[in-house]
Amino acid sequence: MATKHSRMSARLMISPAVLLLLGWMLIPLSMTLYFSFLRYNLLMPGMEEFTGLTNYRFFLTDPAFFAALWNTIALVVGVLVVTVIGGILLALLLDQPFFGQGIVRILVIAPFFVMPTVSALVWKNMFMNPVNGLFAHAAKALGLQPFDFLSSAPLASIIGIVSWQWLPFATLILLTALQSLDQEQLEAAEMDGAPWIKRFWYIMLPHLARAITVVILIQTIFLLSVFAEILVTTNGGPGTASTNLTYLIYMQSLLQFDVGGGSAGGVVAIILANIVAIFLMRMIGKNLDA
Amino acid sequence: MGRITLDKVRKAFGDIEVIPPLDLTIEDGEFVVFVGPSGCGKSTLLRLIAGLEDVSGGQIRIDREDATNLPPAKRGLAMVFQSYALYPHMSVRKNIAFPMKMAGLPQDEQERRIESAAKALNLTDYLDRKPGQLSGGQRQRVAIGRAIVREPAAFLFDEPLSNLDAALRVGMRLEISELHKRLATTMVYVTHDQVEAMTMADKIVVLRAGNIEQVGSPLELYNRPRNVFVAGFIGSPKMNLITGAEAAKHGATTIGIRPEHLVISTEGGAWKGEIGVSEHLGSDTFFHVTVNGFEAPLTVRASGEVSLSYGDTVWLTPNEANLHRFDAEGLRIA
Repeated sequence: MATKHSRMSARLMISPAVLLLLGWMLIPLSMTLYFSFLRYNLLMPGMEEFTGLTNYRFFLTDPAFFAALWNTIALVVGVLVVTVIGGILLALLLDQPFFGQGIVRILVIAPFFVMPTVSALVWKNMFMNPVNGLFAHAAKALGLQPFDFLSSAPLASIIGIVSWQWLPFATLILLTALQSLDQEQLEAAEMDGAPWIKRFWYIMLPHLARAITVVILIQTIFLLSVFAEILVTTNGGPGTASTNLTYLIYMQSLLQFDVGGGSAGGVVAIILANIVAIFLMRMIGKNLDA
Repeated sequence: MGRITLDKVRKAFGDIEVIPPLDLTIEDGEFVVFVGPSGCGKSTLLRLIAGLEDVSGGQIRIDREDATNLPPAKRGLAMVFQSYALYPHMSVRKNIAFPMKMAGLPQDEQERRIESAAKALNLTDYLDRKPGQLSGGQRQRVAIGRAIVREPAAFLFDEPLSNLDAALRVGMRLEISELHKRLATTMVYVTHDQVEAMTMADKIVVLRAGNIEQVGSPLELYNRPRNVFVAGFIGSPKMNLITGAEAAKHGATTIGIRPEHLVISTEGGAWKGEIGVSEHLGSDTFFHVTVNGFEAPLTVRASGEVSLSYGDTVWLTPNEANLHRFDAEGLRIA
């Protein structure tokens, strides 16, 4: 890529791919933007008209919006806390030499391969069901009243299910990071008189900072758009107790047939996601430098 | 005080015994170098002393106290690692302060020791940098600084210079020797480089396959190697070892003669040979001479002015007083 000539031809040759990607991104985005300014209801086809910011006003003043916003934040933060802390603990365990290490490591990754709908249904019907679920049986065996997870603590239950799915990812990334730690550093710290807990705090945790950043960034992207788990377990309910932004937009456009309102919600979600992204990069992005 | 005694110390990994029972005493204030080829167990021995590996048998005493089962931190030893093992996310100051912080020393005492160590090691200008911003030699000094501030009973060095380039190595060698003279603390130093061993040590311990081959001052080892292995290992270039008929003439299985104890002549002498490659160092010239009837070519030292070229016929005469004789077991015949 040294000469002007080769730079030119390189640009020429990657341009089809760039244009395709640009179109792929820009067309849906501009259509969403366009729809968000229309009064567009699927029950009244052909009667679309420009309404300015009305859709936004309705969406942002909807009490469900604030509930959904709060639920989204709780879901993302809750899952991040569980997966990062749990991931570090699991990675520390799996880093120890033990019999059958290889197989155990593969098994740990397994939940990541189960598709979200399936795992949420398994959790709902086989574990959390208040009559037939494993937890209900366990409670009854102990003489306790079975707990109806999905109606009594819907958001916490969904946080649990999603955490279970993402824990392997966090564990895997953190385990590889832990394995790349120079053993001599730990030995040096040991000679320096640091007991295990201080070696963890002063040597291992700073070494893991970059991996934790990667886990948080990647998971946040996916956790902002959790949908299938909610759809198959609680349907966003009871009320709006487990509705997040993604689910609210789905309800608006496909259950209430209000494409305009749904599009306005989509635009709001994009803006919020970008705000989150900017804050995240500001706060922890510096860990990725150098 | 730092007197370290190893009493029948043994180490096995599974069924493989890397260090058969071994006795060794390191006196207080001594600079002891463990030297030997790769895989001879010298680093393992150091790690046993440090407490990073558990002994399989025997006893380690530090200042007459049994330290065999003490954890590394309680032994009062400081170690400098081959990779330096600096903490990459901490500044130089924090790296040096780490052992003191772990020991819970008061802040002003920490500051004082950091300042004096930094001054002694020329690190004052780099205290707020991260290890990643330092050169190899500076990192090495930070690692030494981290060891000094603990004021340990003894320093343990695990091949500390092997990651440095040749020029820096010579410089650091002097600095470490200088440090030893100033602190007068026991130092145990592991290397595979016999030049480092010869130049720095008060006492050299030559190891092979976990066994101590010989212990002694550098010149003792050089002048009176106990066996063929030590004879071949100590000295650069290597001692010439000759077997066969010529050795039998001297009543030995193997005879050894150092390159500087061979006289080279173009007129006549004991062994007739042909010049091979010559290495000119300026002050000296080393000739590799192929002698008829000898297995390997002999290395001969001559002064820098001697000029002989490839293929020339020469005669070599060994200096009889400096001839080393070894028996069938490879042991020295006195």
